[in-house]
Amino acid sequence: MNNIVAIAQKELKSYFASPIAYIVIGFSAILFGWFFINLLYYFDRMAMQAAGGMGGPQAVNVNETLIAPLFMNVSVILLFTLPLITMRTYSEEKRSGTIELLLTSPLTDAQIVLGKFFGCLILYAAMLGVTVVHMGILFAFGNPEWRPVLTGYLGLLLMGGCFLSMGLFISSLTKNQIVAGMITFAVFLMFWVINWISSFTSPTTQAVLNYLSITEHLNDFTRGVLDTKHLVYYVSFIAFSLFLTVRSVDSERWRG
Amino acid sequence: MIEVQHLTKRYGPTTAVNDISFTVEKGEVLGFLGPNGAGKTTTMRVLTGYMPATEGKAIVAGYDVFEQPLEAKRRTGYLPETPPLYPEMTVRDYLMFVSRIKGVPRADRKSRVQDVMERTRVADMAERHCGKLSKGYRQRVGLAQAIIHNPEVLILDEPTAGLDPKQIIETRRLIKELGGDHTIILSTHILPEVSQTCQRVVIINKGHVVAVDTPDNLTARLRGSETMYMQIEAPSSANVKGALESIPGVSSVSVPDMRGPIATFEVNSGAGQDVRRQLASAVVSSGWGLLELRPLRMSLEEIFLHLTTEDTAQQPVVEEAVHE
Repeated sequence: MNNIVAIAQKELKSYFASPIAYIVIGFSAILFGWFFINLLYYFDRMAMQAAGGMGGPQAVNVNETLIAPLFMNVSVILLFTLPLITMRTYSEEKRSGTIELLLTSPLTDAQIVLGKFFGCLILYAAMLGVTVVHMGILFAFGNPEWRPVLTGYLGLLLMGGCFLSMGLFISSLTKNQIVAGMITFAVFLMFWVINWISSFTSPTTQAVLNYLSITEHLNDFTRGVLDTKHLVYYVSFIAFSLFLTVRSVDSERWRG
Repeated sequence: MIEVQHLTKRYGPTTAVNDISFTVEKGEVLGFLGPNGAGKTTTMRVLTGYMPATEGKAIVAGYDVFEQPLEAKRRTGYLPETPPLYPEMTVRDYLMFVSRIKGVPRADRKSRVQDVMERTRVADMAERHCGKLSKGYRQRVGLAQAIIHNPEVLILDEPTAGLDPKQIIETRRLIKELGGDHTIILSTHILPEVSQTCQRVVIINKGHVVAVDTPDNLTARLRGSETMYMQIEAPSSANVKGALESIPGVSSVSVPDMRGPIATFEVNSGAGQDVRRQLASAVVSSGWGLLELRPLRMSLEEIFLHLTTEDTAQQPVVEEAVHE
């Protein structure tokens, strides 16, 4: 356990010692802010229409009209930023030779992989942490329900965990950061758009594709629904990717 | 302390290390010598548990590195060819991190880090980022991380590479100091380093061990014949040559320099035959001036070249010596 914490702290330190952490957090915050303003205007108009009685919908729910779409929009930011977080995790250690230090220290492969995963996850949580400010504004001037907000954050954390664990695995396959980053991005995008063709396929295929789509599972979280189906999907996705990473690190030793 | 038995490592179709065996006693400093690509780094990586061997066994500090890797790693310090530094960490932070993952107890970490920084003379750079260090400092920080958990076994891959002459001397002294309580394997292709720091040498070429011995014995064993270097002042060097050749035991005499009254001679005799007394008395009794008489020893360089350029490098050293 102590070893996992040591590796995670080392990862975090190196993110914050380099510009990576600040750039990832800073620019995500700008994008999030933009999405937020956008949805806020939209929500404002909807609310005015409802109040003006111009045949609009009844009362406008801030959770449904603003927060849920906002959470869905965050997944767009993740698509672009999380590959940047994970692409260096293993590639950089391999390129600079520091992997030799880790692999010749009394650590198990699983400890190294978990340490790196939690390091990335904490950085990602810090990135999400900035958005708490926006939520604070909503809570200060409106009265949204807090439960869907909490489940939304949980969903985002789990979805990010999926992306990060997959990115970690891809980074463990190559010495080259750009290669790792590009493949990670492509794989993320694939999991994102995998159900786009589902409306043209047979019902069975449609169900499978929808189940595989990483964003499809986020929907219920943003609406305040905690479904074990989605929890199982995310947790097993993370566990499986981390398992693949451990195997990949181990096989690296055999291949030399 | 270290036992390597029939170790073989293949990368796909290429065999990097082929059936090598050797042992290192406690407190010994063993030099690992070989040209580039001989399999030095591969052997060291196997010993440190970085990669498993294809065949064979390696026991470090009483633990099999494949069966009980964590126990063996806890007792091994390793300096890879490129020091494994994190450029964005300061030297102190880096050493604190290494001491933590090497299992140094929390209470001792600070004092251990300070201690190794002083021993390796990097304390003045403690707050500098590793990425901003010169090659010499990087190498020494690398050495510092290898000894931070006071391991029983130290494995150093070219510890003096990239250092300036003064730093090389300091590092060699440090390695010698460490030699008492640590068992050390160091690889190098700088030959004087071996004769200065190591008690025993393993010469490896193309994945095979070609010789294991002390530097002195290696020098002696490889001399096929004894050669004496002589400088003699005499009116006629041709007479001297004749006189020397007539001494029993002398097989040949060559005269590399015969200009002027002082000539130099190289006198060859059979292996193990000491003809120095006879040579001296022959010169003196003829009334010539004996200015110099000394044995020409094969330097470690020559041995190394000799062993590593032979095409049948697998043959043991003794046999090769006889063939000469």
